[in-house]
Amino acid sequence: MNKNLGVKLVVIIGVLLLFVYGIFGIPSGFSGSALLASLQNRISLGLDLKGGTHLILQVQVNDAVNIDTDNAIQTLKSAMRNAKINYTDLTKPDPANRPDQIVLKGVPPEASSDLRTIVQDRLPEYDLTSGANNAYTVTMKPTNLTDLKNRAVQQAIETIRNRIDQLGVSEPMIEEHGLGQYQILVQLPGIDDPARVKQVMQSTAMLEIRQVMGGPYPSQEAALQDKGGVMPEDSMLMPGKTNPDGTQTWYFVSRIPAVTGKDLRGAEPSRDQNGQPAVGFTLTGEGGRKFFAFTSAHVKDLLGVVLDGKVQSVATINEPIHDQGIISGRFTDQEVKDQAMVLRSGALPAGIKYLEERTVGPSLGTDSIRAGVRAAVVGMSAVLVFMLIYYRAAGINADVALILNLVILLGFLGFTGATLTLPGIAGVILTVGMGVDSNVLIFERIREELRNGKTPPSAVEQGFGHALTTIIDTHVTTIVSAIILFLFGSGPVKGFAVTLSFGLFANLFTAVFVSRVIFDWVLSRKRIGEALSI
Amino acid sequence: MEFFRNSNIDFLSKKWYFIAFSLVFSVAGILSMLFWHGLPLGIDFRGGTLVYVKYSHTPDDNAVRSQMDRAGLHNVRIQRFGTIDSNEILIDLPLQETSEQALDQGKNQIINALQTNVSAGKPDLNNTSGLSLTAYLMQKDPLHLGTDAQQRYSAIAQTIVNYRDKTKGGVLASFDELKGVAEPAVLTSIQQDFFLSDFGVYQVEIVGPQVGAQLRKQAILATLYSLGGMLIYLAFRFEWIYGVAAVITVFHDTLITLGAFSLTNKPISLTVIAAILTLIGYSNNDTIVVFDRIRENLKLMRREKLSDVVNRSINQTLSRTILTAGLTFLTVLALYLFGGEVLHGFSFALVIGILIGTYSSIAIAAPILVAYQDWRSGRNKPPAMLPTAGGRREKVRAKA
Repeated sequence: MNKNLGVKLVVIIGVLLLFVYGIFGIPSGFSGSALLASLQNRISLGLDLKGGTHLILQVQVNDAVNIDTDNAIQTLKSAMRNAKINYTDLTKPDPANRPDQIVLKGVPPEASSDLRTIVQDRLPEYDLTSGANNAYTVTMKPTNLTDLKNRAVQQAIETIRNRIDQLGVSEPMIEEHGLGQYQILVQLPGIDDPARVKQVMQSTAMLEIRQVMGGPYPSQEAALQDKGGVMPEDSMLMPGKTNPDGTQTWYFVSRIPAVTGKDLRGAEPSRDQNGQPAVGFTLTGEGGRKFFAFTSAHVKDLLGVVLDGKVQSVATINEPIHDQGIISGRFTDQEVKDQAMVLRSGALPAGIKYLEERTVGPSLGTDSIRAGVRAAVVGMSAVLVFMLIYYRAAGINADVALILNLVILLGFLGFTGATLTLPGIAGVILTVGMGVDSNVLIFERIREELRNGKTPPSAVEQGFGHALTTIIDTHVTTIVSAIILFLFGSGPVKGFAVTLSFGLFANLFTAVFVSRVIFDWVLSRKRIGEALSI
Repeated sequence: MEFFRNSNIDFLSKKWYFIAFSLVFSVAGILSMLFWHGLPLGIDFRGGTLVYVKYSHTPDDNAVRSQMDRAGLHNVRIQRFGTIDSNEILIDLPLQETSEQALDQGKNQIINALQTNVSAGKPDLNNTSGLSLTAYLMQKDPLHLGTDAQQRYSAIAQTIVNYRDKTKGGVLASFDELKGVAEPAVLTSIQQDFFLSDFGVYQVEIVGPQVGAQLRKQAILATLYSLGGMLIYLAFRFEWIYGVAAVITVFHDTLITLGAFSLTNKPISLTVIAAILTLIGYSNNDTIVVFDRIRENLKLMRREKLSDVVNRSINQTLSRTILTAGLTFLTVLALYLFGGEVLHGFSFALVIGILIGTYSSIAIAAPILVAYQDWRSGRNKPPAMLPTAGGRREKVRAKA
C-alpha cells in the first residue's frame, strides 16, 4: 500500500513539474519579471488581449471561375473556327450567378459529333449537354468547379500573406474561415488602424498591357460617336484613371491583352522621364518574347498599361521593347511603393470584399487582462477559502487539487500554443468553479457514508466509487458543449472552448486521482478508527 | 461545518409553486421579446458599426449627437460606457448605414465628425497608429539618421504610441505630456505636423450583413446541436425520458436567461451565446447528479413510490447541489463584478443561468419524471421507467 502510494506521488509530482515547465519553459531567472517574461513567451494572447485588427474577407470566387470560362470560350471559338463549325451565339447568359455555364447556340445538327470531340479533347474540365433548337450548354464539371474555387481561396491566402509580410506586420495570422464559404480570416496583432493594410490587401494587382485603339474620350457615348457608332473590331471600352477633379476618361483598348501579370518577373519603384514617381517592371523570358513580338508589330501604335481594369498610362511605341517598362501617372511615392509591392506579390485570383472588421486598441487589451486576472484571483480565493472552512483538513486536499488543476490547464496552453483570449480567462475562472464540483460531490458522498457508520477508509473508497459515474457523466455533457462551441465559434469564443475543455480534462485527473492519493496518504498516517477531518 | 444535514423537504408537493414561478419568469421574458425590447441582438448578430471612444475630458452627449447630425448620421445611438470617470462613449451606427461596398465608411465618417480643433492637412496624433507614425518619422527624419533608420524610428513611434495607449489610457490631452518620452527633436517635429483632438478611438467593431446572418444561423444551430447532443447522451446513459426531461429543463433555463437579456435590454453577443452553451452543459450537470441518485435509489427502494424516491434523491443531493452552485456562483460573481466591461454580457448570462439552472434541476427536471409516470399509469400502462431493469445499466452500476 505504502509503496504503491509512493509511485502515485511520484507520478503527481512528475505531472506538476511537466506542466510548470509548460507554463514557464526554462525561465532565465527566478525573479518576478523573468518569470513573467517567460510566461508571456509561452502563452500566446488573443487579439482581444494584446490589441490588433481582425478582418474577415470574402473571396469572390466567381471571379476566378469567370476567368476560366472566358478562356474556355476563347478556346472553343478558335477550335470551332479551325473545324469550320458554324454557330450563331457563344456566351455566358448569367456570369454573376452561374459563371460556370456557357451557352452555345445555332450549331448545325451534322456538326454535333465534331463539337463533342472538341469539348472532350480541348476542354476536359467541361461537360457538354444538348438542349432544344441546336443549343448546347457547356458547364464546368462540379468537382473542377469546387477545386477551382478552393484553389482561388488558397492562392488568395498566399498572396495576402506575401503582401502583409512585406508591410512588416509581426505574427499575422491568415487562414481560411468558416465552413466552405470561401472566407479568409486575417488577424494583425498590434495594428489598430487597418486602413493601409486593407488597401494593400484588396488591390487585385491585375496588370495588363493592351493596345490602345482610341481615346481618351470624356464619356462612353463620345467614344462611340468618334468611331461612327460602331465598336472597332476586337476592342472594348475601358475607363482611365480618375482625374484629380473627379472626371472620368475612356479608351478603346484591344480585347486581348498583349502581356498580363503572369508574365511579370519583378516590379520596383522608379521614376518616369519627368522625374515623377513611377513603377518600373520587368517581364519573364516568355513574357519578354511575347512583348517583343507585339511591340515589333505595332511600332508607332499606342500602348496602354492597365492596372486593375483602369488604363493608367498611354505611350507611343517608338521601337520594339524586350522586357522592361514603367507605369507612370500621377502617383505619390507611397502609392508607387505599395503598387510595386502588390505587383511583386502576385495578382489575387479573385476580388475580395470585407465582411467584418474589428479593432481592439492596446489600452483596452491591457485593461481586459487586468480585469480578467483580478476576477480570477478574487473568484479563486473565495473558493479556496470556502473549501478550507467548510471541509477543514479535506479542504486542503481540494485546494491542492484545484491549484494543480490550474497549473495543468495553463501548462496545456503553453504546450499546445493555444491562444488565451478574454473569454478564455473566463473559462479558466469557470473551470475553477466547476472543477470544485467534483470535489464537493466526492466529499459529500464520503460524509454521507461516514454518517451511515462506515469506517474512514471504506467511506473514502465508497465515496470515490459512487461519485465517479456521476463525475464522468457531468464532464461528458460539458465537454459536448465545449466541442460544439469550438466547432462553431471563432476567435475569442474558440479560446473559451479550448480552456474550458482543457480545464475539464485536468479536473478529471486532479479531482479523481490526485485527491484520492492525498486521502490515502492521510489515512495511511492515521491510526485505525481515528476520525477523518472532513 | 455542514449546511443541509438530513434535510427532508417534500419538493414534489410544491410543484405548483415551482410551475408558477417558472411561468412568471418565462412568460415575462417571452412577452418582453414579443412586445417590448424584442431580442436585443449584439453587433455580432445584427451587423452595424460600433465605435468606442475615450475622451480626455467628460464627454458631452449632446455635442456628440449634434456632431453626428451635422455629418448626416441621424440614426446613431450614443451611449456612455465604462465607469463614470473613464470618459468613454459608444457610438452605434445601425446596419442600414453601414455600407457593404466600403465597410469602414461609417467608422471614418464618425471619426471625422468627432474631430474638433482640426488644423488643415494635419493628422490627429490621438488617432494615429504606430505604423503611420513610423512612416511619418521615416519621411521627416527629425534626427537626421539618413535612410536606414527604420528600426530606430519604429522603436520611437512604438514608445510614443505605447505611452499614449498604456500609460495615458489611449488619449493625450496635450503635447506637453510627451515630454521626456522621446527625443526633443522628434517631439518638436510631431508638434508641428500633428494636432491633438480630445479623443482616441480604442475599439471598433464593424460587422457586415452577411456575417451577421451567418453568425445568427450558427448560433441557433450550435444551441440546437448542443441540446440534441445532451438528449442523445442522456437517453443512452439513462432512459429516453430522462433525456427529454433534461432537455426540457435546459430549454427552460435558456428561455429564462434570454428573457432576462430582453427584459434588461442587454445586447446578446457571440460570447453570450458561448455562456448559454456552457450553461446548457452546467445545468445538465446538476440534473445528472439528481438523476444518478434517482437511478441508484430506484434499485435500493424498489417498493417505494417513485415520488418518494425522487424526493429522497433530491434531498440527498441537496447539500452538493447548493454547495457547488454556490461556489460556481461565487466565481461567476467575481467575473461579473471585476471582469470588466467586455465580459459584462457573458458574466451576466452566467449569473442568471447558474441561479436558474440550479433551481430547475430540483424544481423542473425531477418532477417531469414523476409527472410522466403518473401520466402513464393514468392511461393504465405499466410503469415504464425502471432504469435498473435494463442489462446495460446494471453493468454500468456494477462497475461503479
